[in-house]
Amino acid sequence: MSKQGLLSSSIARKVSMALSAFFLMFFLLQHFAINITSVFSGDTFNELSQFMGTNFVIQYVMQPILILGVVFHFVMGFILEIKNRGARDVQYAKNNGSANSSWMSRNMIYSGLAILAFIVLHFIDFWIPELNTKFVQGDMSGLIDPANAESGLRYFEELQHKFVHPARVGAYCLAFVFLALHLMHGFNSAFQSMGANNKYTKGLKNFGTAYAILIPAGFIFIALFHHFNH
Amino acid sequence: MKLTLKIWRQKNSNDKGKIETYPVDNVSEHMSFLEMLDVLNEGLVAKGDIPVAFDHDCREGICGMCSMYINGEAHGPDRGVTTCQLHMRKFNDGDTIYIEPFRAKGFPIIKDLVVDRSAFDRIQHAGGFVSVNTSGNTQDANAIPIPKDDADNAFDAATCIGCGACVATCKNASAMLYVSAKVSQFSLLPQGKVEAKRRVLNMVDQMDKEGFGNCTNTGACEVECPKGISLENIARMNREYLKASI
Repeated sequence: MSKQGLLSSSIARKVSMALSAFFLMFFLLQHFAINITSVFSGDTFNELSQFMGTNFVIQYVMQPILILGVVFHFVMGFILEIKNRGARDVQYAKNNGSANSSWMSRNMIYSGLAILAFIVLHFIDFWIPELNTKFVQGDMSGLIDPANAESGLRYFEELQHKFVHPARVGAYCLAFVFLALHLMHGFNSAFQSMGANNKYTKGLKNFGTAYAILIPAGFIFIALFHHFNH
Repeated sequence: MKLTLKIWRQKNSNDKGKIETYPVDNVSEHMSFLEMLDVLNEGLVAKGDIPVAFDHDCREGICGMCSMYINGEAHGPDRGVTTCQLHMRKFNDGDTIYIEPFRAKGFPIIKDLVVDRSAFDRIQHAGGFVSVNTSGNTQDANAIPIPKDDADNAFDAATCIGCGACVATCKNASAMLYVSAKVSQFSLLPQGKVEAKRRVLNMVDQMDKEGFGNCTNTGACEVECPKGISLENIARMNREYLKASI
């Protein structure tokens, strides 16, 4: 065992950052898979949302783990940034960072902060109203009108309603651009941190770039689709 | 060539330091960067000024002593070379060149462009060696078969000259490329595997104590390294550290 303890060494911190990143990237894929159904079928989206919103394991086991993962990733990101800034007390008068590294890799904290701001907006838009409906008002039915079983599920309607205002759609699209920039470095960086650098790395890099572009682009497509088809 | 040099001047480790401007004339494009600084210093001495202090030794790109941050890059704009092998033909007549010391909390400035890189020595002392019982029964290293890839990778890692360009160029002032090269050069070989766990734990422990930052995989270190030490070494060190920790 490390003298410093597993969680206090620099390598342990980057490994924990990578593990939380893998978890969040998997969650993002799952979130996208559900959201994209809203483009093809409102009913399917409703059924999936109802399942996710009422399933015990997802609500009381997976959701707390997700919240913990998100909080951990951000807190550890800030800790690393503060420690790293402290490792160079006097900055260079001239520094040509673009000569040897990508903008994305040098600005993870800023793309991360943009994503954090988006998550706050996203929670205000969807998660907090959902908690209010289910746990404050006690309505677990998922129906548009809880008193009328024929009124249908409410999730697709709520989703469309959120993408009416162009400012919100613009904010979502911009946030997904930052998410793409964050993932362009983060995806492969997570593998490197876990010690994976071998003959498959080149292929993995290409896959990571595709993931970093396609998933956020897909989310942008969903937002624009509902904005223009409401 | 006529150049304007903006050089970091700092009397000692307690001085605040600042950038000072020096014009230099008659610089040949065939000069090395250090020879150009020699010309500047001769002029300063002739005027009764204090010459610019900078580290140098072999001037053949082997010793790793020269350590300048030139125009925003460790060892300047060329690739795969140390400052002593950087030539003035890489610059243009009339250029303004910023010359700064390698900056990191783990590399305190001694004077002007000279920094104290003994943190690297302490990391090496923490485990960058193979303990050999020299009682007379030691097996000849050449008698142990080693896969060609392992031998090549160990040799590549061993070409690290410990100049500190990786630390200087990393936005986090991380020393991981250096430490990983030193860990790899031993852990890939049978003689080094015996102490592999203890070595990686102790060297990383010492690296963290020295105040270097955390690696965020920007890859800048690999690009600026004069010996082309690969990021694969960092991945290997991460694996070794995890194996040794769990």
